[in-house]
Amino acid sequence: MKEFLEGSKAIAEIVKFCKPGVISAYPITPQTHIVEELAQIVADGKLNAQFVNVESEHSAASTVLGSVACGVRSYTATSSQGLFLMAEVLYNISGMRFPVIMTTAARAISAPISIWNDHQDVVSLRDSGWIQFHAENIQEAVDLHLIAYKLGEDKSIMLPVMVCIDGFILTHGVETVNMPSQEDVDKFLPPYNPPYKLDVKNPLTLGPLVDPEFYTEARFALNETHKEALELIPKITLEFSKVFGRNYNGLIESYQVKDAERVIVAMGSVCGTIKEAVDELRRKGRKVGLLKITSLRPFPVSQICEALKTIPKIAVVDRALSMGSFAPLASEIKAVFFGKLKKPKIISSFIVGLGGRDITKESIKEIFRLLTGKEKQGEFIDLKPELLKESYE
Amino acid sequence: MFGPLVCKPQSSRNNKTGPWRTELRPKYLKKDCIACNMCLIVCPEACISGNGKNTYDFDPDFCKGCGLCAAVCPKKDIEMVKEG
Amino acid sequence: MSKTLFNSGHTACAGCGQSMAARLVIDAAGPNTIVANNTGCLEVFSTKYPETSWGIPWIHSLFENAAAVASGIESAIKYLGKGDEINVIAQAGDGGTADIGLQALSGMLERGHNILYVCYDNEAYMNTGVQRSGLTPFDTNTTTSPVGSVSSGNLRPKKPMPEIANAHGIPYVATASAGFPQDLQRKVKKAISIKGPKYIQVHVPCPLGWRHETNLTMQIAKLAVETGLYPLIEYENGIISARRSITPKPVEEYLKLQGRFKHLLQDPEEIKKIQDIADNNIKKYGLKVELQQ
Repeated sequence: MKEFLEGSKAIAEIVKFCKPGVISAYPITPQTHIVEELAQIVADGKLNAQFVNVESEHSAASTVLGSVACGVRSYTATSSQGLFLMAEVLYNISGMRFPVIMTTAARAISAPISIWNDHQDVVSLRDSGWIQFHAENIQEAVDLHLIAYKLGEDKSIMLPVMVCIDGFILTHGVETVNMPSQEDVDKFLPPYNPPYKLDVKNPLTLGPLVDPEFYTEARFALNETHKEALELIPKITLEFSKVFGRNYNGLIESYQVKDAERVIVAMGSVCGTIKEAVDELRRKGRKVGLLKITSLRPFPVSQICEALKTIPKIAVVDRALSMGSFAPLASEIKAVFFGKLKKPKIISSFIVGLGGRDITKESIKEIFRLLTGKEKQGEFIDLKPELLKESYE
Repeated sequence: MFGPLVCKPQSSRNNKTGPWRTELRPKYLKKDCIACNMCLIVCPEACISGNGKNTYDFDPDFCKGCGLCAAVCPKKDIEMVKEG
Repeated sequence: MSKTLFNSGHTACAGCGQSMAARLVIDAAGPNTIVANNTGCLEVFSTKYPETSWGIPWIHSLFENAAAVASGIESAIKYLGKGDEINVIAQAGDGGTADIGLQALSGMLERGHNILYVCYDNEAYMNTGVQRSGLTPFDTNTTTSPVGSVSSGNLRPKKPMPEIANAHGIPYVATASAGFPQDLQRKVKKAISIKGPKYIQVHVPCPLGWRHETNLTMQIAKLAVETGLYPLIEYENGIISARRSITPKPVEEYLKLQGRFKHLLQDPEEIKKIQDIADNNIKKYGLKVELQQ
């Protein structure tokens, strides 16, 4: 059913359809509307769940770790500093192979403190062992939550999944969303039935100490499962399209890439702006395109290679930094083509939209303009050089 | 898939800690025992069994020789002796 | 082998007060119990993969989050409609409770979860090599509060954790001791019979960290209580409902058996300060009974 919804409300609604038994969260802007909405849904008796108001994000992640360990589907949401406070628990959840699903409202990291959107928080957690999806718009955000539960809880995967949505842009933005019915969700998503759990009838010990005899293999297995997830994601999205009628690749999306001479690689809501810029430039005869990364982890290396290997010039848009080195997404895209014979001649890297600075169509067109024969490394777009002259001396 | 790392209940009994004893081991004299159960209660290794007077004894596979059972026995019916 | 839910083969040091107390606690709670355990000695020595000493469902996540993990477990079993059948215990050492885990514990107590939290208090970070914690007593020699030419050990008295727990308005708080095993088991059984958050703090000697003979664990634990340094108290609904009365012994009897206090034995002034702590406890909690003639 088509509804005109705020992103947070739409996400809360889809989480309700997924019927988690335990929800735990700690408030942080701009995640708050999601958990407020869920608290109301529980308070109104529309969802039979325990809503646990914890005293920190560390405890929010720990609480859902405890509940999912009992075999109960669980949900949490956070952002920015909250994600960082959760960090050690997140590594723990993936290492213990528990399929917690979390919405992360991507937001800048302090200092300086900023409540606005970029990707520094989520990108910094890319090695946490979580599967990490990035949504372009509210519809995709809604659908990725369903895909996340189905994927994470698959017995061959058993991994947590983080659905990253751009803070404010998607949490507070309003769109027409096609909300699925409870019946269709039930058809798509079976009840959670894990192969191991805390159960007095089968009293297992979970989370033991391992010595060097076993640690490597445990981490190897986690890494292998990410590779298996790469295979499973397209199968799940195919099943998704059969039930809900919307098609996703789940890993990447190619937009006007086939005959393109210049392609931007990006993640998240900026892809919408890029698509508009691509359309405008195409109308003027420019052969430009977009490659959207939906799954940052697992990273779809061969799919990206296949999509971009014949494109002469690539611009990678990062909304985060890795201080003193290549920008995070740029370094991964470069790694995809390292040592390959067939590859783009130019892979330039651009930094844009940090701490909520608007990324306009003009910003995108500027990137296409700068995508020339000379490779750019970490070129900032929309930088204000006049501010850099200020000093405290 | 290897993992998650899960342990079967009470599997630590595969790990024999008896060789930890270097100097002393308990000797249950079984003369004046009043079945107060204290030796069994205090054993940090859970390696003492018995039910009724003069039936208590330790499991040499697990006893680390701490001497708590001998120290707690109100009848001095447990002695620590040289490990043989 | 005795029938227990915490079995032989763990790798605790000989004479470990914590392994003794942990078995007493879980055997008192019984098989319908799920345990969440913080990082620390107990977790390390009882669950070295692929083996475990535990006979109940047991989970370890991190150093500071057992109270939060247990909150999730309790919420899950409530959701499953088994809240009345299954006990949930969160347990940790003194550092995991009074220092790094205090926030999660406070949240768990405040939210009213039906969980028993057990703190095994061996008065320092033993697992990492005897560093000072918030529950290390005054003048204790630890590796991070060492005795030196201008220091007689730990500068501060123990953090009043039982009072802090009690201040949350929870139905049951108790202190217990490895020196009084039946009393400990009675308190655990009482705690799990009460709905809501409960806190029990158990004094557990550590032969390695306290530097005492392995066969003195019981005796030292008893002396801590009998000198007034570790009062055994029960609070019900905020009010002290029971206390173990003592005929106070001088604190030297407790101190002299332990290497961590050896530096004090030639220092009557410092011993006086520790005696004052004991006397203050005796007065504050009304512990003293005179010997019957």
